[in-house]
Amino acid sequence: MKKNLRKVFPDHWSFMLGEIALWSFVVLLLTGVFLTLWYDPSMAETEYTGSYAPLRGIEMSQGMASTLHISFDVRGGLLMRQMHHWAAMLFIAAMMVHLLRVYFTGAFRKPRELNWVIGSLLLLLGTLEGFTGYSLPDDLLSGTGIRAADGFVKSIPVVGTYVSFFLFGGEFPGDSIIPRLYIIHVLLIPGILLGLIAAHMLLLVYHKHTQWPGPGRTEENVVGFPMLPVYAAKAGGFFFVVFGVTAIMGGLLTINPIWRYGPYDPTKVTAGSQPDWYMGWPDGALRIMPGIETELFGYTLSWNVLIPIIILPGLMFTILLMLPFIENWITGDKRDHHLLERPRDAPTRTALMVALMTFYGLMWAAGGNDIIAIRFDLSINQITYFMRAAVFIGPVIAFIIARRWCISLQRKDREDVLHGYETGIIMRSPEGGFSERHAPLPQESVYTLTSREDTKAYAALPATDANGVDAPNGRIDRVRAKLSQAWFAHDVAPATREELDEAHHHAEHAHELQGALDGRSADGHQYDGKHAVEGDHLRND
Amino acid sequence: MRLLNRTAGRLSRHRRRPVAGLLVLLLGLFATGTFYAAFAPAQAETTASDAAQVEEGRELFLIGCAFCHGTNGEGVLTESGTQYGPALAGVGAAAVDFQVGTGRMPLVQPGQQAPRKPVIYSQDEIDALGAFVASLGPGPAVPEESEYSVEGLSAEEQEEAVVRGGEIFRTNCTACHNFDGAGGAMPRGGYAPSLKGVEPKYIYEALLTGPQSMPTFSNGNLTPEDKADVIAYLQESEEQPTYGGFGLGSMGPVAEGLFAWVVGIGGLVGFAIWIAAHSTRSLKQKGTTE
Repeated sequence: MKKNLRKVFPDHWSFMLGEIALWSFVVLLLTGVFLTLWYDPSMAETEYTGSYAPLRGIEMSQGMASTLHISFDVRGGLLMRQMHHWAAMLFIAAMMVHLLRVYFTGAFRKPRELNWVIGSLLLLLGTLEGFTGYSLPDDLLSGTGIRAADGFVKSIPVVGTYVSFFLFGGEFPGDSIIPRLYIIHVLLIPGILLGLIAAHMLLLVYHKHTQWPGPGRTEENVVGFPMLPVYAAKAGGFFFVVFGVTAIMGGLLTINPIWRYGPYDPTKVTAGSQPDWYMGWPDGALRIMPGIETELFGYTLSWNVLIPIIILPGLMFTILLMLPFIENWITGDKRDHHLLERPRDAPTRTALMVALMTFYGLMWAAGGNDIIAIRFDLSINQITYFMRAAVFIGPVIAFIIARRWCISLQRKDREDVLHGYETGIIMRSPEGGFSERHAPLPQESVYTLTSREDTKAYAALPATDANGVDAPNGRIDRVRAKLSQAWFAHDVAPATREELDEAHHHAEHAHELQGALDGRSADGHQYDGKHAVEGDHLRND
Repeated sequence: MRLLNRTAGRLSRHRRRPVAGLLVLLLGLFATGTFYAAFAPAQAETTASDAAQVEEGRELFLIGCAFCHGTNGEGVLTESGTQYGPALAGVGAAAVDFQVGTGRMPLVQPGQQAPRKPVIYSQDEIDALGAFVASLGPGPAVPEESEYSVEGLSAEEQEEAVVRGGEIFRTNCTACHNFDGAGGAMPRGGYAPSLKGVEPKYIYEALLTGPQSMPTFSNGNLTPEDKADVIAYLQESEEQPTYGGFGLGSMGPVAEGLFAWVVGIGGLVGFAIWIAAHSTRSLKQKGTTE
């Protein structure tokens, strides 16, 4: 027990991103329980008689009427509703930011692949939980969302109609969808979420937290603060910060003003009907998808709905889930890792995620094409045409740029280690040449920058063994070796001990020569015999 | 300044005296007389002869409108046969009052849509233009205020009108103008403009004449009372407080998502950096005391 209380957590701001998700989930539980006290998940028709005059006397479902009751007639009800909704937006956003941190730093590598899978499932379930919650008020916007979902389900070949009738208990809208979504929203998914969060955190404790490399930090230890008192205080304090931010947003910023939307009616729809942000990217895919349909034996296959909404999200989620396994298959690295890698030190990994993010971002923007059109005086059609090409070209460009960027940062690190950092002091030599003085990095930084390993590409097994028998899966193995080579191509190796020694020796030599230069350090390179002095570009130690 | 204050003070001290009422009355009579003398003859002239107003409108039309709409409002075709300016016979004075009164006409340049901009004709000139266009063929006239106002109704009836208007608005208007009348996108760079701050008269005229991409809601589709209800609903929604706080432009979930990411996640990541930075400082303090 005492050992657990003293459990050490390393300290870095990026390790607290998952906490945002955790604490907004707690806010969701607290505010959600409050809302269930008054919310009535029923689609029975009723006449609104509450205190919001412009809707008084209008027929609506019990669900909508009780949500209006919470908003206008329950003390603090609207604040709680808005906090709940903002916290939901933050919950999923924080999970995504946390996911990006884990990916970019390589924290998903063995032994943490399982936790990556759990995290991905949490993201998926969080999104579903958000969608079911978004639908409960039964206002015009959420009803439009359910209507769209009905269409998505119906686009599935063969079983679509049956599944839709099963979900809605008959033809849309029926009177069962709200109670069903309610029980999914308050019991089923939160239950699974709680279980998975518990597993996620138990695994975190079991594996111990990853840490940044540095002096004194190894694969075998964890350097940081003990749980009690430091980390508990910080994490606990962060809960209040998250709660406070949600409370401020809930108190000051309108979210989903259902009283303006009015009750759902299948004959009505409003401009700017969008899902919440986390469903925005499939919505964007749907918006830019050309209207392709096939008629087969008298049945219509709606590719224009099926591909962007059913197939694409499924494919993207599978890719997300598989990322750790894809990487360790390509690199052949099956070892345990507890020290993190900086994004620049794994250029292909970083670039892969940047490409995925670009794809996501462009789809996301396409989901708001109408708002972009009116806010930036653009044509919605032209945005659509642009996006159709950009979602394919954009990720490729982003991949290349991100990868080259990482590689040049690696070169810069190497340069800093071997030649020191640029001090900004410009020196003029007696010959009249200008040069910048470099100073050596602190010892800790040199250690940190050189401690990462020089990664080696996976080498294919020999095509035939000693007895001339073909290797099993020889072709796949060669593909793997090719991919691995591409993965590590152009990576810059960290400076070795010998290179460092030589650089130090070199710097001392230069220093001696600079002794003549009025006690100030000057360029040494032109004297090292490797460079022509005449007309040479001056470089410094 | 002190002098002004003293004058004001004296005035306010004297404002309850019996003479004060008389003075105000005299001042009012004097002002009425002066204004009547200044404006009455002109009005008498225009109302005296509609023909003169039509003639005045025709002259204005020839200068400002005929280039696109033709000298007799018959419309102008481009060389390729597309419409340059549409024919105006039958659009009525209401269309002129809306287009010119909101500054949409005359156009600065041809484009997808005529934007609302500062008005350049006076109301008298707009009326004259309207009279001329109305003389080209029968069309909807400029509505009287009694047609689009629910002022005359009792408070209860007004409330009912707002509820009815909301229903009509959600059925007929939100698909383009958005749930809060904040506006929405139309194909090829067009847009349904925001309805916030638009005068009731112009909303009524737009419903009646269907400007630009907007469909016409004739009195057969939407009775004058229905139109008045919609206007009452829009007026009410502008007057009502934003119950949930800052409305984020009433643009729906896109704006909400933007705020969740920028304000929410942006702020919380900032706090995370702050918390993490704080402990390194406490570490240093520990190091120095030990």
